[in-house]
Amino acid sequence: MKKTKSMTLNFGPQHPAAHGVLRLILELEGEIVEKADPHIGLLHRGTEKLIENKTYTQALPYFDRLDYVAPMNQEHAFALATEKLLKIEVPVRAKYIRVIFCEIGRILSHILNVTTQALDVGALTPSLWGFEERETLMTFYERASGSRLHANYFRTGGVHKDLPTKLIEDIGKFCETFPKIIDDLEDLLTENRIFKQRNVDIGLVSKKDALDHSFTGVMLRGSGVPWDLRKSQPYEIYQDLDFKIPVGKNGDCYDRYLCRIEEMRESVKIIKQCISKLPKGPIKTVDGKISPPNRDDLKQSMEALIHHFKLFTEGFRVPAGNVYSAVEAPKGEFGVYLISDGSNRPYRCKIRAPGFSHLQAMDFLIKGHMLADVPAVLGSLDIVFGEVDR
Amino acid sequence: MIKENLKNAEKLINAELSSKISGSEVKFEELLFKTSSGDIIEVLKFLKLDNRFKFKQLIDIAAIDYPNEEKRFELVYILLSIENNIRIKISIKFEAKEKIPSIVKIFPSANWMEREIFDMYGIKFINHPDLRRILTDYNFKGHPLRKDFPLTGFNEVRYSEKEKKVIYEPVKLEQNYRNFDFSSPWEGTKYLSEVKESKKNEKN
Repeated sequence: MKKTKSMTLNFGPQHPAAHGVLRLILELEGEIVEKADPHIGLLHRGTEKLIENKTYTQALPYFDRLDYVAPMNQEHAFALATEKLLKIEVPVRAKYIRVIFCEIGRILSHILNVTTQALDVGALTPSLWGFEERETLMTFYERASGSRLHANYFRTGGVHKDLPTKLIEDIGKFCETFPKIIDDLEDLLTENRIFKQRNVDIGLVSKKDALDHSFTGVMLRGSGVPWDLRKSQPYEIYQDLDFKIPVGKNGDCYDRYLCRIEEMRESVKIIKQCISKLPKGPIKTVDGKISPPNRDDLKQSMEALIHHFKLFTEGFRVPAGNVYSAVEAPKGEFGVYLISDGSNRPYRCKIRAPGFSHLQAMDFLIKGHMLADVPAVLGSLDIVFGEVDR
Repeated sequence: MIKENLKNAEKLINAELSSKISGSEVKFEELLFKTSSGDIIEVLKFLKLDNRFKFKQLIDIAAIDYPNEEKRFELVYILLSIENNIRIKISIKFEAKEKIPSIVKIFPSANWMEREIFDMYGIKFINHPDLRRILTDYNFKGHPLRKDFPLTGFNEVRYSEKEKKVIYEPVKLEQNYRNFDFSSPWEGTKYLSEVKESKKNEKN
């Protein structure tokens, strides 16, 4: 037999299937991958260091820039952490608004992932159809917060502004039409022979391996572990809502795709329920020492003016302590470990990004697979470099 | 319900590992244990393998820098037990030069987390299979998340038209980074209570 020499292949950092700036050093034996060594950090911006030097209000927008596909889910984790330290209660209406936008974020992220995963294995059309819907969802973001991507909409103690009535109606209309689009996507992919050949039994993860490698979110559920923070450790109003957690069976790329599709349907259900239940009331905490005063009051009340000035220069102070609070972001458990020393800035803010542990398992997942499976596995991991590199 | 679970877990773990635990608390409905760097491996192994706890998932490791304290660094291991639906935090404090035993053998996912801590804080881990920098640039010097590392860093990069390549230069700032002192006397509206107190004092 002819002896073959192993080859080292450099994949990325600029490669359309790398989903951002990933540099993978692959060791190949023929077409079989023997070892994968991801080099990350090409998008490292020092978010944690920056947050240590900003007030709590100023730190929030950095979370939009982590997983920039579903910005508000990240903001949510940070807002929950500060609220836990401050021991303040969020008004019910704000909770509903938060849940609506977190689920919109989930749909945004899953559309991107499902369609680009299809693109990676050769299907172009789904991404064209899916991105049209993403556009609609991003206009919802824009109408609520003023920007399509970096929303900066959540605040400690609530959300920035109330939603316009017309926007709520339009989100409701979207919920009526969107399931049809999911059906169309499924028609293209679910039973598609090529899509199945490229995804079934690729990137298998057993239950034990998923736990060992700190997988969360769809990566864990795809392997048959029914674990979702929205159900198991409910935050906001998730305990009052009726939704299901789709769980995979085999733990391969195809099951993870199916989970994401089902999760989108569940998200639509959640949004519908929230819209029908949406109560009236304030949208941020009434505590004047945390949320800024009304714009109109500034013209009349001296006290309001002082508060406004102090809140936007010094910011509010957070009692000393350390908390870990996590949310079920579209990609998995997104957590913030926040340490306050009693001043107006966080002493330390460790961000737990789900993609970090998922990408870490790349070597384990891809070993023994063909080179062509690399984009398929990478696609199903749902990697966004904003959050991996932080 | 959750609170009771936590209290029970606290009691149980304290009883089982009494010699290795130097303190525990339940705050904000979260469970925190303090132990030492020498015992961390055994504590984590016990928590992972014991059938009553099953903390099978390492969620994160966070490092914290306290430059003014004798034991400069703190590591917090955040674990999750899916079976029992409990989180737990294990904290160790140690001096700057100390090396910490790596836990990659117990939790494979600790590999990158420890690399990140090495990169950001310069904390070294014993028996780590591959302790390289992970997030910073190739040939980066210093440990950026230490409190004595300046926010602006030391080097900046730009594309040099002359040399036709990206070059590194020391950071030049037009204006120094401004750090405002916010230790002002603004404590919120204590006015009412202060007024009452002063009235009380007057009566006395």
